Amino acid sequence: MKLTLRVWRQKNAGAEGTMSTYEVDGISPDMSFLEMLDVLNEQLILSGEDPVAFDHDCREGICGACSLVINGDAHGPERTTTCQLHMRSFKDGDTIDVEPWRAAAFPVVKDLVVDRSAFDRIIQAGGYITAPTGSAPEAHATPVPKPDADFAFEHAECIGCGACVAACPNGAAMLFTSAKVNHLNVLPQGAPERETRVLDMVAQMDEEGFGGCTLTGECATACPKGIPLVSITSMNKEWLRATRRAAKR
Amino acid sequence: MTSYADYTTGEPVADTKAPAGPINERWDKRRFEAKLVNPANRRKQTVIVVGTGLAGGSAGATLAEQGYRVVQFCYQDSPRRAHSIAAQGGINAAKNYRNDGDSVHRLFYDTVKGGDFRSRESNVHRLAQISVEIIDQCVAQGVPFAREYGGLLDTRSFGGVQVSRTFYARGQTGQQLLLGAYQALSRQIAAGNVEMHPRTEMLDLIVVDGRARGIVARDLITGKIDTYFADAVVLASGGYGNVFYLSTNAMNSNATAVWRAHRRGAYFANPCFTQIHPTCIPRTGDHQSKLTLMSESLRNDGRIWVPKAKGDTRPPNQIPEDERDYYLERIYPSFGNLVPRDIASRAAKNVCDEGRGVGPGGQGVYLDFADAIKRMGRGKVEERYGNLFDMYERITAENPYEVPMRIYPAVHYTMGGLWVDYDLQTTIPGLFAVGEANFSDHGANRLGASALMQGLADGYFVLPATINDYLARHPHKDEVGADHPVVQEVLAETEDRLNLLLAVDGDRTPDSFHRELGELLWEFCGMARTDSGLRKALERIPQIREEFWRRIKVPGTGEEFNQSLEKANRIVDYLELAELMCLDALHRSESCGGHFREESQTPDGEAARKDDEFGYAAAWEFTGTGEAPTLHKEDLVFEYVHPTQRSYA
Amino acid sequence: MARTVWDSTVGKKTVMAVSGLIMLLYLVAHMIGNLKIYFGAGEFNHYAHWLRTVGEPFMHYEWTLWLIRVVLVVAVVAHAVCAYQLSRRDLKARPTKYVHTRPRASYATRTMRWGGVILGLFIVWHVLDLTTGTVHSGGFQEGHPYQNVVDTFSTWYGDVIYIVAMLALGLHIRHGFWSAAQTLGAGSRTRDRALKTVANVLATLLTAGFIAVPVGVMTGVVS
Repeated sequence: MKLTLRVWRQKNAGAEGTMSTYEVDGISPDMSFLEMLDVLNEQLILSGEDPVAFDHDCREGICGACSLVINGDAHGPERTTTCQLHMRSFKDGDTIDVEPWRAAAFPVVKDLVVDRSAFDRIIQAGGYITAPTGSAPEAHATPVPKPDADFAFEHAECIGCGACVAACPNGAAMLFTSAKVNHLNVLPQGAPERETRVLDMVAQMDEEGFGGCTLTGECATACPKGIPLVSITSMNKEWLRATRRAAKR
Repeated sequence: MTSYADYTTGEPVADTKAPAGPINERWDKRRFEAKLVNPANRRKQTVIVVGTGLAGGSAGATLAEQGYRVVQFCYQDSPRRAHSIAAQGGINAAKNYRNDGDSVHRLFYDTVKGGDFRSRESNVHRLAQISVEIIDQCVAQGVPFAREYGGLLDTRSFGGVQVSRTFYARGQTGQQLLLGAYQALSRQIAAGNVEMHPRTEMLDLIVVDGRARGIVARDLITGKIDTYFADAVVLASGGYGNVFYLSTNAMNSNATAVWRAHRRGAYFANPCFTQIHPTCIPRTGDHQSKLTLMSESLRNDGRIWVPKAKGDTRPPNQIPEDERDYYLERIYPSFGNLVPRDIASRAAKNVCDEGRGVGPGGQGVYLDFADAIKRMGRGKVEERYGNLFDMYERITAENPYEVPMRIYPAVHYTMGGLWVDYDLQTTIPGLFAVGEANFSDHGANRLGASALMQGLADGYFVLPATINDYLARHPHKDEVGADHPVVQEVLAETEDRLNLLLAVDGDRTPDSFHRELGELLWEFCGMARTDSGLRKALERIPQIREEFWRRIKVPGTGEEFNQSLEKANRIVDYLELAELMCLDALHRSESCGGHFREESQTPDGEAARKDDEFGYAAAWEFTGTGEAPTLHKEDLVFEYVHPTQRSYA
Repeated sequence: MARTVWDSTVGKKTVMAVSGLIMLLYLVAHMIGNLKIYFGAGEFNHYAHWLRTVGEPFMHYEWTLWLIRVVLVVAVVAHAVCAYQLSRRDLKARPTKYVHTRPRASYATRTMRWGGVILGLFIVWHVLDLTTGTVHSGGFQEGHPYQNVVDTFSTWYGDVIYIVAMLALGLHIRHGFWSAAQTLGAGSRTRDRALKTVANVLATLLTAGFIAVPVGVMTGVVS
């Protein structure tokens, strides 16, 4: 396959960026999208140019590092991560636009690499259960009904890639935040911090400069792990509950 | 530069920390004997932790909970992305919830035997004891393990073990455990107890007066190289499987932290013990950048076969039953498709070497679910393996419900690593190694679902107990700062190395060297090793290294985000590590676990150990690049599990 | 609690959801009242008069009506202020657009902001036209709403403004009702289809019910 790539190039956080056009040839449909970029980078290095910087690590769809907007879609046309997108999803002769995640809370570091540390700070605000090592009771002391365990797992699957923010026209982080809130709040172990968790995490999310939710559903469509939009609804419910309870105290 | 196929033998090395006495009392005894640091003084003690995977994340969180000041590093943009996240299968624990005869002793026994009698009994027994606490800890953190309808934890049997002791969270156990550790770490970061440096890569170790006192690390965004100081340094930087270029490791997993520590005096043990996992998706061409593993649990219901005839290119569904060779079932009738990883991998290699491999390049065997679908219905198969089947289809564009999967072994885990004592301390006082970075618990072969167990045991429970002893006995009165001559020297060496990489301006990319080295290792130091092959590799590696420093091309500068420079610098270390791996493999002229020497096999082709000659862990001391290293042997004593030849027939 | 709500994006959305539902409830009543125009001037004018006397003798003349008006004004203002503040925040949160664009979300979702602006302007015109009579096309007569309505819808621009606004209203309710349910935490996977159906039915009924009035005038059924 022969392809034309239009890639966002930006030297560093402070620099102006622009779309640059490159041609790549000899692309196999079995290549992953990132392997196709590897081919481009090998070309660029040998011709003395700066290779395209992009985040990637596990290349098996679980670490959440890869983060490209391909032809306007976060992670490209398939519902998966960029690293699991294969070139068979494209046709010979295609022109492909590759851009970084766009959000004020995710400033560009270089080319296609963005800074997602805002997500870490949301987790630090309350996305945990306070259980210091050694303090745990016997694992079977508290049974968890299977539906609750499954609900928790479904939300715990979030890989923190940020596709939800990238896809959201408001740059909102509601789906990310709700995934963690729901995972921990449904479990009996998470109950003691149920209210503070949701209030603090939402406050941090706002603090980071993410937008508000207008329920466009773009986040859930882009999510490679299929976190459902209704996750946001559940978090809203938790937030309202926590706000009422906090008022009573 | 000269090649070395030579080494000198030095003084033996011994673990002096494990107490004597009954094995089940040793850990208690050690914890009691270990000195404690007064809680008020802990705040004044700094511990550096490199890496945020299961071992590093849990260690950082726990040390901070205890009151130490923790300074932690990871090269990823977030501590949540460490490669522990990719572990699929599960985590072992001797809970015996199934009442199926499991016990701490059985887990201990299975692990020593599975490791082919090349691990230290004291360590393995402690691991089995702690396994029970890990599950409690993780459940308390909110790790959503699979549960049964009664609300209790579900377990499954894994990797050929006859008891159900593997706890799991669908196919994402590693992810869930890692996020648990990450969240515990996040809590400590928020509390100000952990100073976290993401996108910062350790490039060297600072050793002052024989003790580890800090590290040199590079901010990957600005390129700034800085020094960080501490009272103890913990390496939790993972394994070195990426030396093979193609492996199931993350693209950026690397050996720099452990190799630099090795160069500074930490012994490197059993570098040739690498695990090749049998069920990975075969490569599709030269563009392949990494390999993807599919959970071993697939072997519970899938049947592995190749055509009986060489060069049979018919589509699998057109090959009649009697022309198929279910070779694992044929050779190992009692364990069948569930033989340990090393055996399954080698058998796949053998049939492919015979010319009966399938798929592109003949590098693959079938893993067939047709019988399983017939037996329990497609729904049941989907329920058990749906996510794996989806993953397979996404990567290969083949539907495994209709066409058998193709699998091939791939480098997955490295049992070797920095030599540590019972306290997880390396031969450099004050330098500790946890998780896959050390060599301690798996011997020559790791059992399935044991890596997660070891990482968390080290990080949550072992290190936090043993590091106290070091810190209490060696309070550092002297401040080591950036102006210390040793620090200046280490810093200058690091800067020089990076500058040299940038200055060569040759005509080959970092990846081209990495790929070349990887292919060489895979061929000669992969699933089956021979004396002549290893010698060939040992001759070739110094040549590649020489060519590397002549022809490497790294664009850009060191004062910016430069992924090519990161890669090239990691390859510098791989080029030395690879040599040590081959040398270790060459010197160990026995077969054991993941290390198979063709010269040492039983008449029916099984690995033949030579316990009298090689019943030791090989701890190597660095003497200089291209110089003959010194071998220090740690004799392994088996008081509880007596070495037998493994038999799975 | 008020502070928490007002300072949070989730809180502001809650304010929008509650105020939106108040307005929606009013609109349902308003539409039903409007349809009385088909039963002639007598019944329609009588209904309009009743609106002023409802609640008597407990309430004084027009007290109930004013109470409703105050609640509505508070709802409209709260809804609009929150929408404005959230929109500004949203635009700031996404300062750089993608070079490669494609249509996102449904039409109803994408038009919430401009639809809201249109509806805001419409409300002003609507009050000035038929409540105060300030911009009324014919001779506005206090107490003769039937004739006033017929006058307004006898002009082409009156019809156009009203119908466009009602179509915007339909779209706004379609996404707004469902969205409010999510914000208030009332949505769930099993209930989603039902909520969407209710939103569609409400949107369709209200739009059709309101548009029936100008259509009646235009076709001569109401004159």
